[in-house]
Amino acid sequence: MARAILQVPASARRGEIVELRALIGHVMETGFRRTESGGLVPRDIIRELVCTYNGAEIFRADFHPAVAANPLIVFTTVATESGRIEFRWTGDNGFSASESATIAVA
Amino acid sequence: MIARRTTRREFVAALAALAASGRLGATPEAVDEAMRKITGGAQPRPGRVKLEVPPLIENGNSVVLSVHVESPMTEADHVKAIHVFAPKNPLPNMISVYLTPRAGRAQFTTRVRVADTQTLMAMAQMSDGSLWLDRVDVVVTLAACTEEVK
Repeated sequence: MARAILQVPASARRGEIVELRALIGHVMETGFRRTESGGLVPRDIIRELVCTYNGAEIFRADFHPAVAANPLIVFTTVATESGRIEFRWTGDNGFSASESATIAVA
Repeated sequence: MIARRTTRREFVAALAALAASGRLGATPEAVDEAMRKITGGAQPRPGRVKLEVPPLIENGNSVVLSVHVESPMTEADHVKAIHVFAPKNPLPNMISVYLTPRAGRAQFTTRVRVADTQTLMAMAQMSDGSLWLDRVDVVVTLAACTEEVK
């Protein structure tokens, strides 16, 4: 399984806007590159990232081949309650990976 | 008869023709088509969106790109989606993100591939249906996507 690294603050005040960073190891092969013999290298990319906060979707992204290898996404969310923030990536060739972190909201 | 050498003018013209032949890269129509699929034909207005990307890109394989949209991000008035386009990449769509009022701020950062010197575009879709656009010219010295696999 692909290695994913999350940066989610361990604690936050209620209502605070926190920054979430998610990095995952993936080649993101575009499908436009050729080998020396002229054959196209087949596309192999992550298509979608979904982020949920205690089960409710807070962020979603559609990736295209223009997203660089080892996709990094940084965005924000309002810390509403203590719980689990989960990232799920899905892509070509049945790729699926997930990673989660907990946040304590005071 | 003396064999005529290629003049400099011809050489430059040939180079220009080669560059214009468009072996790679989407056409302007492809970008319009990609945007129309999202907008349904509505015209985005300039403003409210800020696309941040370095103007001079030494390596197109990994370019930090941020988009920030002016929005209170409330239930009544928030950004629903942000789409980024690269007209001269092999595919015009780069990334689309979908936000909710729970984001707090309408912004994201990622890393993208840029295939050529071109004008990148970011479009925001608001909860009231309005569309806003920002354009940034970038110069690329080493292009992405095209190198051979060894």
